[in-house]
Amino acid sequence: MRLDWELARRGYRRYAAYPAATAAGAFTNTVFGFVQAYILLAVYRHRTDIGGYSTADVVTYVWLAQALIMTVYIFGWYELALRIRDGSIATDLARPLSPLRYWLAFDLGRAPYHFLFRGVPPFLIGALVFDLRYPSAGDALAFVLSVFLAVVVSLAFRFTYNAAAFWLLDYRGIVTMSVAVSLFFSGMILPLRLFPGWLAAIAHALPFQSVVQVPIDVYLGKHAGLGLAGVLALQAFWAVALLGVARAVLAAGTRKVVIQGG
Amino acid sequence: MVDALVVYRRLIGAQVRSQLQYRFSFALDAVGAFLVSFVDFLAVLVIFHNIPLLAGWSVHEVAFLYAMSSISFALTDLAIGHLDLFPQRIRDGTFDLLLVRPRGTLYQVIASDLALRRVGKVVQGVIVFGYAVEGLSIDWNVGRVAMLAAMSPVGSVIYGAAWLTGACLAFWTTEGGEFTNAFTYVGNFLTQYPINIYSAWARRFLAYAIPMAFVCYFPALYVLDKPDPLGLPSFLRFSAPLVAGAASLVAGTAWRVAVRHYRSTGS
Repeated sequence: MRLDWELARRGYRRYAAYPAATAAGAFTNTVFGFVQAYILLAVYRHRTDIGGYSTADVVTYVWLAQALIMTVYIFGWYELALRIRDGSIATDLARPLSPLRYWLAFDLGRAPYHFLFRGVPPFLIGALVFDLRYPSAGDALAFVLSVFLAVVVSLAFRFTYNAAAFWLLDYRGIVTMSVAVSLFFSGMILPLRLFPGWLAAIAHALPFQSVVQVPIDVYLGKHAGLGLAGVLALQAFWAVALLGVARAVLAAGTRKVVIQGG
Repeated sequence: MVDALVVYRRLIGAQVRSQLQYRFSFALDAVGAFLVSFVDFLAVLVIFHNIPLLAGWSVHEVAFLYAMSSISFALTDLAIGHLDLFPQRIRDGTFDLLLVRPRGTLYQVIASDLALRRVGKVVQGVIVFGYAVEGLSIDWNVGRVAMLAAMSPVGSVIYGAAWLTGACLAFWTTEGGEFTNAFTYVGNFLTQYPINIYSAWARRFLAYAIPMAFVCYFPALYVLDKPDPLGLPSFLRFSAPLVAGAASLVAGTAWRVAVRHYRSTGS
């Protein structure tokens, strides 16, 4: 536990070391937020309610999604793949600590930094310009837990597609494809509630809604009581399941490294 | 000039050959690029599943904007997308190498790569273009065909100028390809939708300051023979090449100023 804590602190500090990059990134998130908010407002000129979302809900959705973009690091993560490619994974495997545990702890330290400095500032600017919705104390607490689970689900998924580098010489194609699918089905591009029935059914069967749509719905108070417990349990299920997959893929990849003789 | 082109062709030829060495990886990459833009367009279709018109634009009209924006952006991305990696050179000091070689620095940065996998996005744009044109009844004449032919080259110059201007900031921030994204990827996203959905001040900043409205919106009004929902003067429909020229001048100046400012990291 002490070790995980130390790793998490390093995850936080590594990103905290580049404040200019963070400011620039937050600026980009803000501009993106405006563009998306106006697109959805144009949609709502014709509708007052889509899938249970009011205009205020959907605009809040946009700014929360911007706040989560970096927090759940959905736009692609390559670090493990790079270490596999240049061979430094051999050193990692020699350590008395699984790379999965290392990256999980590191990422759980990174996420709060990005939430605070890449997520909160754009959200505040959005709040100045648009009428946003604010959660009850209970929903806010549940939201924090839900975002934590979202980061774990996301890290497990990212770890898995990175591990493809054990088998492929060039990891980029797999990364791009994984990012495309997870962006769309997480609800990052558009809320899943706008999807037609059949597409929403696919999205609900996949783990990605746990990364964006579920935390935002929790914030908006769309789940209460047992329903809330249900969606958090669903996230926890995907977190455990995907960590299991990541572990299995790492084990298989490790055998491959050994076969090659490192 | 001719000499520069010959060298460019050689350098890029080597890049392309090396990328095609790993055929399976290359195929995966191109399919990935295709898929990323495909889900983007899927979002447009999802929007129109909920409403018949978006601020007065039909699904095929928005698809037309989307396709032209996509193709122009993909061409820019193909040619100079590696500017994203260039802040790395500032950070680790390898930009010094470019200064001692007998060519312009900008030329060297641009000629250092050509990411062929991005043709996936061009292909996707062309497919969406087919979908758009099939659903529209455009009265093709010489003027419209000429405008259509000019749209992607002019659009990609505008994108390129915005991208380069943003990239110059890396000389000051050292770390920060991030800032460029606000000009490029957001710009791309912006031009996929009609600009009359934005509020007045956002439109002024996004569409004129970073002149994204000239990539698609104004030329498309002409090709689609559509009255401007904003009621702006019709000469704007033909101004894109001028805007592209002006934007390139700004970008070129920004680059020269930035290079003069450059201090090596010393490491």
